[in-house]
Amino acid sequence: MMRFSTLLKHPADWMTGAAEGTGVVLTSRVRLARNLHREPFPGWSTKERRMGLLERVKPEVEALPEMKNGFSQELDGLTSLQKQVLVERHLISREQAARGEGSAAIVNRKQALCLMINEEDHLRMQAIRPGLALGEAYELVSSIDTQLESNLEFAFDHELGYLSACPTNLGTGMRASAMLHLPGLVLSDQIAQVLQAVGKLQLAVRGFFGEGTESLGNLFQISNQSTLGESEETIIRRLERVIEQVVSHERNARLKLFEDDAEMVFDRVGRAYGTLRHAHIIASKEALNLLSLLRLGAELEFFPPKTGGTCDSLLMEIQPAHLQLHSGKKLTPEQRDAIRAEIIRTQLQSLDPPVMNERQEDEDREDPPDTIVDL
Amino acid sequence: MQCDFCEKKATVFLTQLVEGEMKKMCLCEECAEEKGVTDPAGFSLADSVLGGETATDPGDIITMSDDGVPCPICGFTFNKFQQVGRLGCSECYKTFSDEVGRRLKGMHKGMVHVGRVPEGLVEAHARQQRLDQLRGRLEQAIAAENYEEAAGLRDEIHEIETSVVTQP
Repeated sequence: MMRFSTLLKHPADWMTGAAEGTGVVLTSRVRLARNLHREPFPGWSTKERRMGLLERVKPEVEALPEMKNGFSQELDGLTSLQKQVLVERHLISREQAARGEGSAAIVNRKQALCLMINEEDHLRMQAIRPGLALGEAYELVSSIDTQLESNLEFAFDHELGYLSACPTNLGTGMRASAMLHLPGLVLSDQIAQVLQAVGKLQLAVRGFFGEGTESLGNLFQISNQSTLGESEETIIRRLERVIEQVVSHERNARLKLFEDDAEMVFDRVGRAYGTLRHAHIIASKEALNLLSLLRLGAELEFFPPKTGGTCDSLLMEIQPAHLQLHSGKKLTPEQRDAIRAEIIRTQLQSLDPPVMNERQEDEDREDPPDTIVDL
Repeated sequence: MQCDFCEKKATVFLTQLVEGEMKKMCLCEECAEEKGVTDPAGFSLADSVLGGETATDPGDIITMSDDGVPCPICGFTFNKFQQVGRLGCSECYKTFSDEVGRRLKGMHKGMVHVGRVPEGLVEAHARQQRLDQLRGRLEQAIAAENYEEAAGLRDEIHEIETSVVTQP
């Protein structure tokens, strides 16, 4: 089995932008909620029953060929800092991190699959892929589901589908989501309009970092809200179609910004570069927003292509628990800001200043897509 | 913005759903730490901070004040569902089918599952869905006083109901 330190040392392809095909869409994830027939849901179960269920389910999960040499850990064996690091890497949920005895997390070697036992439901299985690949993520998690259901009797009703602790997950028990980087739409003030159109299609949109309407780092997550009454394939197809349109709007917004005022775009990216390269104290909010601009710069080819991946890794590394783990001690907010700046400077020290090349200025624009509301 | 608990500047903003209501809190770094906001292990902190009901061991929650018929399998009551928004076990969906059904309206695209079915239940599921469909049509036929069609549907339903389901 994989150790916690090994897991941390080798971030997944989807965390670092190492995989090809990432750009506007950073990651795609699909999770399925499953429960055992007639067994109290974790929130209403006793500790003894939860532990009994864990003993039944964990060996089944660990025995899956996909989970070979993976990471398998009961939550009470982790410190709260370790749990928080897993949350920041999106390998376990906040809800799962709050749990201890009787709950477990199992992550496969490549960290493309994470299963949580006794979260809100008995089993939450998730597949994560880089870029827009919801279909692929569903295939992955669906194969796990098929293998597990041969030995575990999942609660299922002919009318309500898979039965979950919360009625919002009934039916397919599936939540599919993608994380999008939308600086073009934010800079051109079109974001509210686009997000509103997406919201009207019964899809949920929220800022990835930060609470409420504020979105730090121009990162947004789009996911399905309804899980009952449509098949998995239908939900995924609709979601992919909408996401493709948002991506296309984003690309056009970037080109338009560049066409209208290349100097302004170049200035914003250049300032972000300057601050990130030379700051000695930087708060999380400022860092996330500047890294977003740097990432935009990389996609506009002001920087070498792999700079985008460096930004994605940094997004993870500058979060509080990662900083604390990095420094090996508890940190005050001031110390955190200093260490955050130091990590960013180190990572970017060999990055040359942005260069705007001629070719970009007269690149053809794609035809603008139909508006999202017309779906 | 000022911290809800002391004079300092709030830097941590927390929104939680407590009994169906949005509760917002603004905390400074120190108060946030003290209340466990930054510690993932204390994430159900709404209780301590907002002075609500503290979490009890769910094993012995059924008290006299929890009126309503409890689920025969897990002892959960519908009152509890109204508080926490989650059910006790898979059987609760049968026990409280009317109440839950009412809440499901508008929550999802539809009211009937479409999509993946556990392998062992595929045949039974198809049979059940066919029966539901025929019963719906029968009701419509009767309402339209189309008795000839109704009789045909009734026979078809009867035939499926009495057929033996072959277990895989």
